[in-house]
Parts: sequence; C-alpha cells; structure tokens
Amino acid sequence: MLINGVQIDDTFAEAFNMRGTRVIITAQNLKWAYHAANAMTGFATSVIGCGVEAGIERELSADETPDGRPGLSILMFAMGSKVLMQQLETRMGQCILTCPTAAAFAGIESEDRINLGKNLRFFGDGYQTSKLFSNANGMAKRYWRIPVMDGEFLCEETTGMVRAIGGGNFLILATSQPAALAAAEAAIEAMKLIPNVIMPFPGGVVRSGSKVGSKYKTMFASTNDAFCPTLKGVTNTELSPEIESVMEIVIDGLNFEDIAESMRVGIQAICNLGEASGVKRISAGNYGGKLGPHHFKLHEIMGKKAV
Amino acid sequence: MNALTFTLKKPLQLSLNCQLLNSTHLADKSPSDIASMLLHYGNSQCRVDEIFEISGDDAQNIFFKNSSHKLDYLGANMASGNMVIEGDAGAYLGYNLKKGEIQCQGNTLAYAACNMVSGLLTIKGNTGDFLGGASAGLRKGMRGGTVIIKGNAGDRVGDQMRRGLILIEGNAGDYCASRMIAGTIGVFGSVGEYACFNMKRGTLLLTKMPKLHMTIQDCGFHTLPFLSLMFKSFAQYKTKFSSIQTLRVQRFVGDAACAGNGEILLILPTK
Repeated sequence: MLINGVQIDDTFAEAFNMRGTRVIITAQNLKWAYHAANAMTGFATSVIGCGVEAGIERELSADETPDGRPGLSILMFAMGSKVLMQQLETRMGQCILTCPTAAAFAGIESEDRINLGKNLRFFGDGYQTSKLFSNANGMAKRYWRIPVMDGEFLCEETTGMVRAIGGGNFLILATSQPAALAAAEAAIEAMKLIPNVIMPFPGGVVRSGSKVGSKYKTMFASTNDAFCPTLKGVTNTELSPEIESVMEIVIDGLNFEDIAESMRVGIQAICNLGEASGVKRISAGNYGGKLGPHHFKLHEIMGKKAV
Repeated sequence: MNALTFTLKKPLQLSLNCQLLNSTHLADKSPSDIASMLLHYGNSQCRVDEIFEISGDDAQNIFFKNSSHKLDYLGANMASGNMVIEGDAGAYLGYNLKKGEIQCQGNTLAYAACNMVSGLLTIKGNTGDFLGGASAGLRKGMRGGTVIIKGNAGDRVGDQMRRGLILIEGNAGDYCASRMIAGTIGVFGSVGEYACFNMKRGTLLLTKMPKLHMTIQDCGFHTLPFLSLMFKSFAQYKTKFSSIQTLRVQRFVGDAACAGNGEILLILPTK
C-alpha cells in the first residue's frame, strides 16, 4: 500500500492486555497541574523497567474538573492490577501530595476500584478529614482532606480500574534521523487529539525498539537489530539501503478502537508530509502474532485512507 | 394508580404510632388489610380506619392529609417510596429511614431523622430537638442520608451524628453538633450556645459567628478547595446554601475537651 508516496507495510502491531486507570489532577493553574502530572508520569515509559506506562491524556478546563480548577487527565497502565495499585499509590504520594496546590480525583468509573487517597490519608497523622458527597443521582463519593503546609491536599478515595490494551505501535523508516524525528513529531501532534490513549515514551517517541530475548541470559529484551540501520550488513535486516533512521511510536489505550484511530491519524499525518520528507516506509512491531491477542493491521487501519 | 392517602378524621388527644404506615410495610397489602391494621394509640390500639379516611392504592406514594403533631414515627423504617405529609408531624419523623423521600410541609416535634440511614427528609417548617440524633441507648445518631430544614431546628442538632448531611436554612438551638462523630451540618441562620460541645469529628458549616466555648480553637482563615465540591453537592437540594459564592472560611477545631478533631467552618462574606 502506498499513501502519498509512503509505503505502508502489510504487517501488524501486536498488543497486550493491560490494566488501566485515569486520574484527574487539578491545581491552582495549569502550570502547577503540569508540574504534578509531569512528576507523576515521569519514569513511566515501559513496564519493563518502570512498572507502569503513564502519560498525560489531555488538558481539562475548569468546568471539566470536579473542583472547578484547571487540570490534566492522566492515564496509567500496568500488566496487572497489583502493580498498578502499588505504582499509583507511590506516585500519588511522592508526586501529587508533594506538589503545591495539587488535588487528585478519579477519572474513570468502574466496579473495580483502586486506592487514590485511601491510604495516603494516613499522612495526615490523625488530622485528616473524610467527606462523603452525593451527586444528583444519589451516587456518593468519598474524599480525603489532608492538612499540608500549603493548606489542604484534597484527594478522592479511589479511582476506577479497567481492562486496557498496551503496545499498539508503528515504525517510521526514513532516510535520515532528522526526517524520522520530524515525522514522529507530526504524528504525535495528531495523535494527542485522540481520547483514551497515551504515547508513554519521551515526547511520545521511542528510538530503542526492542526484540524479545538477548544473547545475555539476564536480559529479557534487547535491541531490535533487524531495524537498526548501522547493522544492516551484519543482521537479517528489515531495512533497505536508503533507510538511515527508524523511530517507533508506542500507544497504550483503554480500548482497541481508540488505539487503532490514534495509529490511523498518526500514520496519516506522516503520509501527509509526503515522500519528499524523507519517510519511506511505515511498518509495525510484532512477535509473529503468538504473544499478544490484539493485532492492529496497518492495511486495515489505513484502508479507508489509501490513495 | 392513585397515591395512598390517609386523611386524619379528627384531632387526636393522644400520640399515634404510625410506623406501620410506610411504603415498605404497606406494599402488597389490600385496602381492607390496611384498614384493619392496628396502631398504638396512647396505651391502647386502634384500627387504621378508625383514625384515617383511606383512599388510593399506590403504596409507593403515600400522602397524609390534615396531619398533626400527634402522629409519631411517620416514615419510620421506610426503605422505599415517597411520603408527603400535608401538615405537622410528631416526634421521630423518618426514624431509621433507610431509603426513599419524606416531605413534611409543616412543623415536627423532636427526634426527626433519628437513626436515619439513607434517603431524603425535607421539613418545610420548624423541627424540635435532637434532629438527626440517636434514640435512647444508642451511641450513634444519623448514619447517612440528607435532611433539609427550611425553618428552624431545636437544641442538639446532630447529636452523636455519624454520617450524612443536615442543612438548616433557619436557626439552630443550643448544643448544635454536640457529640458529633462525623458528617456535615450546615446552618444558614444562627446557632445557640455550646455549638460543637464534645464534638469528635465532622463539619459544622455556619454563616454567622457563633458564641464559642473555651475548648473550640481558632485555626485561622483559609481558602479550602474542597468547599467547591461540597457546594456543588448541595446544589441539588435548592437551599439557601446554593447562594454561597466563596471558598473562604474561618476554621475552628474542637472540641479539645474530648480531643476532638471536628470543625466549624465559618463562611466569610465575599468582598
């Protein structure tokens, strides 16, 4: 398949089941909401080394947040509920509780609940206060007010935890490193507009795509040599001679459809740059379809937009 | 179906225990069954149809007409449906109310919302002492739900209250929030002496400075973001509290006499 001169490989991205949650962070202004959210989603690029994958989903205006202040919505994903709970509590305690004026609220409703402020309240050393507020539907939510040096830290007791999908991806193969990066940036800008997904790597882009296993026994994953341009002559390469740089965009999301849509708009944004931008191919990472139950087939995703 | 309506035939000399006349208890009962039910009247019993004229058949919607303060325990133990009392109610209105809505259009005697668990109780007139309190021998009063008082309340509002919300648009008497364990009480008017006496936890929201006793400590002036959530949750009840436009309060904590960590939040006027 060719779109605006860019080849779309007949392959698929292979993704896995994860557990996900959403947290709403508010603060006195967006600047401090970003400070809190950036800290909370820092060091959360891959479950391989970070425990969770997390990112900022979008900005929220004051009328979209529970306390009427500007905020951000954060998505966080892990391979299991236990890890997600542990990581959420740790990050809440170290990044949100500590951030001036920040407050945290549930961003998703589900039967499965995980702690947001439930244990964090003990930081209040007995001075913490619980408040139970009902909405017009009679649904009650518990909040904790924890006295801190800047006033009070307000935090909802729990947030929802849902089944999610992690590891949607595509690869950008370009004739130079600047060309690959410029294409990746264009894709990320378009993908940020899609709800329910995050791109957890720095700037949304990963340069060190991995394969499963290694020649070293202690390594679970190692460099994806088939896509490393400097190894073209010594490995079973996937790259043609003119490709000098490959970058990957990894997507985690709350459902299959939104991940597919984010891939579509991202790839389309790259294709809109045209062949002259230096991007030659779009491919995707998979493990032969044997590991992950969710397959994002590039031709199906881009089918309706094919030139 | 028409609302099941009990119209009081004549003024009562003694108190009538009406706890059987609620949606939960009357569900699936025929009109003749209801008419023959026995209610405690003073120290004797009498049939329902001796006291009330009965009409309608929808037990989920109950009306009391020509009601008086001699009707005790209206809506007691109710777990579903709606009840409207056109007139006054006696003591223990909404006693142990578990679910549903009760609206009293007149005044009530003491112990309204006593031991209340959930649901909504609205009193358009005044109410007596121990609103949302505990019945004799119990250590916890109201444990949930919402009570709206359009008029004034007597002494010891929310005594030993454990959870829930009481909003009073008028004044409250002495010992408001006494021995309160948790929950929220809002008084738009004034409160009497010894507010928060032996209060352990919970919030008393006031718009006028009360006369405080020694063991309530002033913790200064603050802007508290949680108030926006609280006022948002109040909005559904359409009370005077919806007019509050500030998150600025003076906070008092106590009662230090019992190592309490309850609070009075005094709403400060907007400049």
